[in-house]
Amino acid sequence: MTTPVLYDVQGPRARRRVLIGSIVGGLILLVLIGLAVQRLAANEQFEYAKYEPFFNEPQLYERLWEGLKNTLNAAGYAIVLASVLGVLLAFGRLSRQPLIRLPAVAVIEFFRGVPLLLLIFALFLAFPIVVGTDLPALWALVLALTMYNGAVIAEIIRAGVQSIPKGQTEAAYAIGLSRGQTLRMVLLPQAIRVMLPALISQLVVLLKDTSLGFVIGFSELLRTGGQLVQALNNPLQLYLAVALIYIIINSLLSGLASYVEGRQRRTSGRTPVAPTQVETGLGTV
Amino acid sequence: MNEVLDNLDVFVRGFRTTVSLTLLAAIGALIVGTLIAAMRVSPVPPLRWAGAAYVRLVRNTPLTVVFFLVVFGLPEVDVKLPFFRFAVLALTIYTAAFVAEAVRSGINSVAAGQAEASRSIGMTFGQTLRLVVLPQAFANIVPPLASVFIALLKNTSIASAFFIFEGVQAMNQLINSFGNAVIPIIAAAALAYLLLALLSAFLFGLLERAVSAGR
Repeated sequence: MTTPVLYDVQGPRARRRVLIGSIVGGLILLVLIGLAVQRLAANEQFEYAKYEPFFNEPQLYERLWEGLKNTLNAAGYAIVLASVLGVLLAFGRLSRQPLIRLPAVAVIEFFRGVPLLLLIFALFLAFPIVVGTDLPALWALVLALTMYNGAVIAEIIRAGVQSIPKGQTEAAYAIGLSRGQTLRMVLLPQAIRVMLPALISQLVVLLKDTSLGFVIGFSELLRTGGQLVQALNNPLQLYLAVALIYIIINSLLSGLASYVEGRQRRTSGRTPVAPTQVETGLGTV
Repeated sequence: MNEVLDNLDVFVRGFRTTVSLTLLAAIGALIVGTLIAAMRVSPVPPLRWAGAAYVRLVRNTPLTVVFFLVVFGLPEVDVKLPFFRFAVLALTIYTAAFVAEAVRSGINSVAAGQAEASRSIGMTFGQTLRLVVLPQAFANIVPPLASVFIALLKNTSIASAFFIFEGVQAMNQLINSFGNAVIPIIAAAALAYLLLALLSAFLFGLLERAVSAGR
């Protein structure tokens, strides 16, 4: 834990005050929870019927598993494609040729500035007109996720490259490497290591965003949850279960990110660049 | 192209809702988020835990799931509101977690030595907070807060799936009526979002310059 800026190590009087604060604060929290429970009970949300499907409806887990598989599938494709696009765009963004750099900047800023939902609709609706055949929902989702996250990953890599000490570039030039070789062989490998925590955090965002697939009828986890709700009539319980699945997966990913961050701080002594430092443009999250 | 220009009023109506959703949820998230950040940096353990739990749970839940829980879950416990208010509520709950993180990291990024120095010259807790820590914290908070609110602007588009006529819904309605002009209609909607995002980035840039003027 970081040292608190706001207060010192507490003396006996401050400790007593904190204790009183803990009791009062704890009581307020308990009252709030109690009110919520009462409200739930008054509306029959604790009836066994609402939970029964979780115990004796094997189909429920089968369906959720199907949905989860689709979610992970879409996320998997999008992660691979977005990484490739991200590296390519980062190369363009770091190029000294304005003819390469400026289009890369435009593409990155466009995809970061437009809602992902709009990109999904755009692919789903415009693709058949331009190409002549329908684009399956999975691919509309995957390609939209690729464009948006590719742009964000490019910015993450760029921030990483710019955080590498200048001496590295100078040394690479001194031994006769070209600009491209310097980038490819010296800067990029270091940048990706430094930015690994930020990249993993972006994967959490990507995984969460696959849930937008429901708008174009892609049967990911959330949509299968919604279909089950129509049959079982327990929206609160089922959507909470869906939320829980997302929370577990994403917590694991976030845990991985902070593990990598901690390991890097120990091995290289260099602080990894925090994800927030990348988000200065049109914004991620 | 004519389809877009002839129906500008539809777009204006939609994006007016986008803007009001953004502003209302931003105000709500700022209040709730600051409160949660205050809980997280307070010396009182139960409040710290509750704040941390909120951030952790909400940040790992997709906004769409928050929307489903609010729009279809709350009526189950007899909370029935117009869809617009549900949307503001869902966006507020979600964005507050990110605001809390921005505010907390802003406070934590003030070097501890600053507060120690002000205590050592005899300032009270209130003076330390008001004169030394918070001004520096605010300057640090503006850039991450800007990206949180621009993300919020884009996130309001999810309300289109919940019976709310905002920017993306306006786009969809025009596409339904003018199937032969899909691409200009989508381009116009994208342009509108980009302009709104640029405008917010510009305003936050001014704010950033204002709060960091003293440095």
